[in-house]
Amino acid sequence: MQVKTKPVPEIVPGARHPMEKFLRTERIPHIWCSGCGLGTVLGNFLYALDELAWDPDSVAVVAGIGCTARIPGYVRLDTYHTTHGRAIPFATGLKLANPKLHVVVISGDGDLFAIGGNHLIHAARRNVDLTVICVNNFNYGMTGGQSGPTTPLDGKTTTTPFGNFEHSFNLVHLAASAGASYVARWTTLDGRRLQRGFMEALSHKGFTFVEVISPCPTNYGRRNKIGDGLDELRYYADHASIRHGADPKDTEFIPGKPFLVGKFVESDKPTYHEMYAAKAAEMTGGKK
Amino acid sequence: MPPKATLSGIHFMNGDEAIAEGAIAAGCRFFAAYPITPQSEISERLSWRLPRIGGAFIQMEDEIAAMAAVVGGAWGGQKAMTATSGPGFSLMMENLGLAIMTETPCVLANVQRGAPSTGLPTAVGQGDMMQARWGSHGHYEIIALVPSSPQEAFDLTVRAFALSERFRVPVLVMTDEVVGHMYERVEIPNEVLVAPRRRPTVPPSDFVPFRPGPDLVPPMACAGEGYRVHVTGLTHDERGYPDMSDETHDRLVRRLVEKILRYRSELTFYEEISLEDAEIAVVSYGISARVAYRALAMARHKGIKAGMLRLITAWPFPDERVRLLADQVKGIVVVELNLGQMSREVERATQGRVPLTGVFHSGGRIHTPEEVLAGIEEVARTG
Repeated sequence: MQVKTKPVPEIVPGARHPMEKFLRTERIPHIWCSGCGLGTVLGNFLYALDELAWDPDSVAVVAGIGCTARIPGYVRLDTYHTTHGRAIPFATGLKLANPKLHVVVISGDGDLFAIGGNHLIHAARRNVDLTVICVNNFNYGMTGGQSGPTTPLDGKTTTTPFGNFEHSFNLVHLAASAGASYVARWTTLDGRRLQRGFMEALSHKGFTFVEVISPCPTNYGRRNKIGDGLDELRYYADHASIRHGADPKDTEFIPGKPFLVGKFVESDKPTYHEMYAAKAAEMTGGKK
Repeated sequence: MPPKATLSGIHFMNGDEAIAEGAIAAGCRFFAAYPITPQSEISERLSWRLPRIGGAFIQMEDEIAAMAAVVGGAWGGQKAMTATSGPGFSLMMENLGLAIMTETPCVLANVQRGAPSTGLPTAVGQGDMMQARWGSHGHYEIIALVPSSPQEAFDLTVRAFALSERFRVPVLVMTDEVVGHMYERVEIPNEVLVAPRRRPTVPPSDFVPFRPGPDLVPPMACAGEGYRVHVTGLTHDERGYPDMSDETHDRLVRRLVEKILRYRSELTFYEEISLEDAEIAVVSYGISARVAYRALAMARHKGIKAGMLRLITAWPFPDERVRLLADQVKGIVVVELNLGQMSREVERATQGRVPLTGVFHSGGRIHTPEEVLAGIEEVARTG
């Protein structure tokens, strides 16, 4: 697939973002670098919310720490920027305390799978009714581009100057193995599919997980000769293919090789809350 | 008939169970914890009680998650609590700091055991008193209450929830293994105070989430209430937005400290035992004060005019009351199950104006009254 580079559009005075109603516009400009994929993730998340047409006051967005974790700060909803790795247990508390809320976690690969890895697998195991959006840029961008649990073998980062020699996680496979009831992966090239994926994950009950592969031109792209943000999107176009229902263990991401995107898991099983409510009813229903 | 929330009446229960019942009576409907002795009875009782009265109980994957879930639970609109002991207390320090920075009302009970590290998993200690004060990074004030009996464990848990709502802070209940496992009479009153959350009084369009009221505490809008608040552990302005300026940081940290210190005299609870004519004062707290109580009688029998200041609030420390003590007595004996933590505070407050002896033990058992008496006699001789 060929993607033509378009000229950068001019800034139009007075122009408004179509999803302005969901944005804390007084906080713009955002902190992200040019070529970063996070704006695409934010935009598509807002389009997904818009299309779902839920009561905005029923949606809470929770993040840990990192570049991705700054997304909620720009969203005009109840938003929580918590501690590093702890977005999921915070979100679990929020959801259990007020089950009427739609609770979404948006955070990065290091936050969710390194420091927060234990919380992620347990929330997936419990099937807590949360949607987790993990933006994977293969390194710790905020702190200067260190290696993380998703850094591919031989990847150059500020803490793997000779190339990474640790094996990396396949996030899709890990989330599926831990029990997530919905697992998908897209890239920031995928636009509408990303939006559709968010909508599906948000409306599917239980623990739902979407990995978004996203460029970090400033830190990862530059050091690994991928080029700028657009070059990375071109890489996705050349290497990604959609295969819904693929076995999660076949979805490994290896630089230079083709990789799979799509919806890999969609299962229906009772949520933590449903199981809890059923037990509570049993306990108070006169049974001894 | 649905199960009762508040078990008004006379009970025979241990301190851990009393904390659990105090939480329920105070309106707590969210509890998250990770298994650890000697707090097991708190979690076990709440796992049985909360689901039956419409509350949420969840056993998390570790204490980091438990404390994070409690902060989330509070923003979900519930009165939220966790319970732990030393090793778990260490893991909770991170999100305790988040609760302080985001002004989240919640309660954390620490049933102290012998430490450092895994230490004595099922035996008594009071070695976490300074960790309670300074365990999370940065400069802050904290409220910590110390019960000496199961009845007080109940009462102080109720009070902890009330203080947490009033000041929008995490409140610590710093009990110990012996009080936690000691069975005594616990009377649960017919009416127990359920402190209201401080809600916004203006519509969302006029609401500034972290603009404090006259008492320096801002009202709290929880998730789903229509206020669309941004809450962050970063230094933030009154709108709740990150602001990395030193002015904003200094203003915020000072307010978080000042909102507690301004009301210090209302917060520092203590019991005075035979202090009127005392020449020697024991300063103690928790289970150690129970032992010292016996030693007071023994000292009086021997003709030593001994009294006791029993701390109920450990933090903020009752500086003023302890300072006055130095003007009255000839010597002070601090009794605690560590090698000198609160004694440092006594020393600081009295500024060396009166001889001070510590009756310390690292934990694993409580003091004997004779050990405390020996301390009283020593200071009586030298004082």
